[in-house]
Amino acid sequence: MSNQSKTIEALANQEYKYGFVTDIETDSAPRGLNEDIIRLISSKKNEPPFMLEWRLKAYRHWVKMEKSEGEPKWANVKYPPIDYQNIIYYSAPKQKADGPKSLDEVDPKLLETFEKLGISLSEQKRLSGIAVDAVFDSVSVATTFKEKLSELGIIFCAFSEAVENHPELVQKYLGSVVPYTDNFFATLNSAVFTDGSFCYIPKGVRCPMELSTYFRINQADTGQFERTLIIADEGSYVSYLEGCTAPMRDTNQLHAAVVELIALDNAQIKYSTIQNWYPGDKEGKGGIYNFVTKRGKCLGKNSKISWTQVETGSAITWKYPSCILQGENSIGEFYSVALTNNYQQADTGTKMIHLGKNTRSTIISKGISAGHGQNTYRGLVKMQKGATGARNYSQCDSLLLGDKCGAHTFPYLEVNNSTSQVEHEASTSKIGEDQLFYCKQRGISAEDAVNMIVNGFCKTVLRELPMEFAVEAQKLLGVSLEGSVG
Amino acid sequence: MLEIRNLHASVGGKEILRGIDLTVNAGEVHAVMGPNGSGKSTLAHVLAGRETYVVTAGEVVYEGKDLLAMSPEDRAREGIFLAFQYPVEIPGVSTTYFLKAGVNAIRKHRGLEELDAIEFLAMVKEKMKLVEMDQALINRPLNEGFSGGEKKRNEIFQMGVLDPKLAILDETDSGLDIDALKIVANGVNAFRSPARAMLVITHYQRLLNYIIPDFVHVIFDGRIVKSGGKALALELEEKGYDWLKPEADLAQHTIA
Ligand SMILES: Nc1ncnc2c1ncn2[C@@H]1O[C@H](COP(=O)(O)OP(=O)(O)O)[C@@H](O)[C@H]1O
Ligand SMILES: [Mg+2]
Repeated sequence: MSNQSKTIEALANQEYKYGFVTDIETDSAPRGLNEDIIRLISSKKNEPPFMLEWRLKAYRHWVKMEKSEGEPKWANVKYPPIDYQNIIYYSAPKQKADGPKSLDEVDPKLLETFEKLGISLSEQKRLSGIAVDAVFDSVSVATTFKEKLSELGIIFCAFSEAVENHPELVQKYLGSVVPYTDNFFATLNSAVFTDGSFCYIPKGVRCPMELSTYFRINQADTGQFERTLIIADEGSYVSYLEGCTAPMRDTNQLHAAVVELIALDNAQIKYSTIQNWYPGDKEGKGGIYNFVTKRGKCLGKNSKISWTQVETGSAITWKYPSCILQGENSIGEFYSVALTNNYQQADTGTKMIHLGKNTRSTIISKGISAGHGQNTYRGLVKMQKGATGARNYSQCDSLLLGDKCGAHTFPYLEVNNSTSQVEHEASTSKIGEDQLFYCKQRGISAEDAVNMIVNGFCKTVLRELPMEFAVEAQKLLGVSLEGSVG
Repeated sequence: MLEIRNLHASVGGKEILRGIDLTVNAGEVHAVMGPNGSGKSTLAHVLAGRETYVVTAGEVVYEGKDLLAMSPEDRAREGIFLAFQYPVEIPGVSTTYFLKAGVNAIRKHRGLEELDAIEFLAMVKEKMKLVEMDQALINRPLNEGFSGGEKKRNEIFQMGVLDPKLAILDETDSGLDIDALKIVANGVNAFRSPARAMLVITHYQRLLNYIIPDFVHVIFDGRIVKSGGKALALELEEKGYDWLKPEADLAQHTIA
């Protein structure tokens, strides 16, 4: 553990280290939301008419939703009302009219920003195994390894670029998993989303590198509404990772993203998230509201979608990466670590909707609460009429550090097919004084002991992450637990 | 090496240790015997620094330092090791990973270079022989699902790896069958050296057939009521603990 423990120690002694602001000239829309703003966003992006129409339909639906039931109220989170007219819905760093053609044209300040975040956009410096799409506020600023990937027929680009260059794919799949009417935040996103990543893996291709998107909120008072769409054609495979950070500000910022995944026959998508948005300070001031809709559809037979998330950031997390298991023998997986410290709140989990025969799903959720953190697991397993022989296994474990935090588990179950099998296990534990003393008796400091016990608790989830991100995630857990010992 | 003077300690508001005096020199093996509930584990935990045990009077000097002023992790780093009567489980953390963290924390404290994975594993391989530890076992989550015997063996294995100066073995023999007992005893004997001292806590004298102590002490109601050589252990086996009771009462009277 030598190096690793040193890093954890070093990291544990510092505050949120991504809290800086980049001083850059921006092109922003005025505050507020109306049809003109939506037209503005659409025209900034040179979108074809079908996109504008879709956005407007979503907007009109959202206006109705806002007037009636408003935001979803069922989640176990508390926050003051959000003033949707006080948010800036479009903000982009100023750049040449048609966007940078190559990295040399990207504003060095942006490259520097990502460099500081540990994301080098220079391909020479990148680890060769990972391609990155870097999203800064409302736009994608650069995507690496595009050419190399396109030799295999893989499309990996900014969402707005896909709308321009591959409108037929976008039109076919956009909203096919998360319709624009889905929920308040997804509807809002459908109306105003600005950028995100698009990815298409052609038939039979195994994507040779990790694809990743790095999201950065910079501008104050903006919302970030990105949209990611990944399509894995028959027999293909892709592993995708997203990371995110934001400056430290004492006001809350809204992040309402939508991710849609589609896996055709025999295709596999592995989607990993390391969510490290600014969590707010020790008193609970500031931080990101992370209200996200993520859903995958196993459309084809024998397809597989696997979600792995490590959620350590955000003031509030509201997210349920889910799988619709439509194809026969398809598999859905959800592996989650959610950590809440100080005054953070998380209400997260998954939905596994079994439609097809012999579909299988696995849910492993690890919630860690420290400080005054509130951590809720909310999950639905639904076995529909056609889901003959379907199976689910769920395991939800909570770990409490201290006695001011809370852990809550809400497993929902709907079974409409008597041949299906569902298994659920749950546990809640505290880090025991005996465990800490045992570690200390072997010379290990209290802080390292807590990190070790927490990492051990999360192991079955962390091992699902691509190797180098697992190390990153372990460090993050250490940092996020800072101040919770003693 | 270790000097305990008039040590009083309580747990949960109840006084358990009521004036322990004991001197242990380098190279010596001391057996501490006594009936259940007499305070043997309490003594072990107080020496290791467990915060739930409160020292109410007395002092402990370890290698010239005030032991009671040190944190539990510093005591460990200064060479005190406790083999637990009830080893603790840590899910998801292997013995190897756990020990590497311990070894390197101790090395750092002593101003030594930390061991890298290769050096550490080479050292571990060597120490595994001490108690015939199995590679598969030490790669499994620490003590989780281990049998009683495996847990105790793991404690002695950890002692070998951490290389303490003063080892306190708290009923390491309980729950072991005779073969396992011999293996553990062999490990402990191999570990004996003029530079190290050991406090072997046991309820039965059986273990002392294999680990021959230099001194035997009997604890009764939180006090050492009798000390002697290894013959005392045999006498206890023969007569049980009850014959010491009057002496315990007597001791109480003389002080009161
Ligand atoms: N946490 C505790 N709270 C109250 N009493 C305790 C606690 N731990 C130990 N004791 C009591 O202290 C006494 C001595 O225990 P212990 O030192 O474990 O004895 P031994 O190891 O000699 O069997 C026993 O009466 C036991 O019940
Ligand atoms: Mg005991």
